[in-house]
Amino acid sequence: MKPLYPFPHLNPLPHAGEDTNDRYTNFTLTNTYTRTARALHWLIALLIFTVFPLGLYMHDLKLSPAKLQLYSYHKWIGMIILLLTIIRLLWRITHRPPALSLPRFEQIASSAVHHLLYVLMLAVPLTGWLMSSAKGFPTVLFGILPLPDLLTKDKVLGQTLENVHASLNYLLLLLVTVHIAAALKHHFIDRDDVLARMLPKGNNHA
Amino acid sequence: MHKQIITSLLLLAAGSVQAVEYNQLQAAQSALTFGYKQMGVPLTGKFNKFSAQLAFDPAKPAYARAHFDVVLASIDTGSTDADEEVAGRQWFNAKTYPLATFVSSGVTALGGNRYQATGKLSIKGRTMDVTAPVTFQADGNRGVFDGSFNIKRLAYAIGEGEWTDVSTVADEIQIKFHLVVLAAPK
Repeated sequence: MKPLYPFPHLNPLPHAGEDTNDRYTNFTLTNTYTRTARALHWLIALLIFTVFPLGLYMHDLKLSPAKLQLYSYHKWIGMIILLLTIIRLLWRITHRPPALSLPRFEQIASSAVHHLLYVLMLAVPLTGWLMSSAKGFPTVLFGILPLPDLLTKDKVLGQTLENVHASLNYLLLLLVTVHIAAALKHHFIDRDDVLARMLPKGNNHA
Repeated sequence: MHKQIITSLLLLAAGSVQAVEYNQLQAAQSALTFGYKQMGVPLTGKFNKFSAQLAFDPAKPAYARAHFDVVLASIDTGSTDADEEVAGRQWFNAKTYPLATFVSSGVTALGGNRYQATGKLSIKGRTMDVTAPVTFQADGNRGVFDGSFNIKRLAYAIGEGEWTDVSTVADEIQIKFHLVVLAAPK
């Protein structure tokens, strides 16, 4: 009978049927995400932490040239996030993340949160783009690259989409909070490498 | 004798057809819109209230005349915030200057259905000459004018203070008009 360890992935003893080569390969070589995956993760994180407070702040400003400028910057950052998220999803589909064994509940929770985060990283900028279209304010990236208008002008629809955009943002805020809390729990309480494998430092492969 | 009367009646009839004058603006079917760039984004808006006294006989364009009044507070930019801002002191100052006025000074035929209208446009106490190419299409007693011209908003002090920054809201504003005008006998 094999001993019960609370964190099987940290269990120094191989269990029955385990290919130890694989295990140690994972730990020594591929226990971090690829450099591209980590770069995309932190770049998108930085942009989200910029664009979200910017959105809250600009909304309540009195109309001024500064407000119009901030709206444009907000829309540009949102479109960059959308583009980076698409790239990131393509990378994620073609590159398996490092193996990780978690208790069943944590596996389900982590998978659900990660899937929802990906959905929101697409849906939040998309609803912003749609609401801009419906309100009759097209998006022109950096003031030079016009993006297609996805909807025709419709004030009521524009307002509805604004509400959807705001709600999805608060859901995103909630999920990001859970995501960060979980990463910190793994790092400081479980003392495993869940956070470390996404940190900028580490094995610089790919 | 009879022949003479019939001939003169025919001439009169022909004369009255020639002298058809388009002079009743159908405001509900007409549109006064504007286009501009904001942070490089092309945007459009419109004025909901305007009136005109005008007279246009395609046979005698030189005698055409027009006087337009546009209620500036009727602006629709697509955003309530912006509508209120633009009616305010720094923009139209619509309380002091409620109307934009255009008074024609001449119409020249350019051939076909094309004309060129010139006149004076007054906004916010400032008056400038403007020239607009106009097309005219008649269908019985219903005539349709389409045209456009550009103005510089700062020449009329539309957008003062921080709004003089033309990198946010461009200086150039395109005014477009689509006017449905019915003909009435003189």
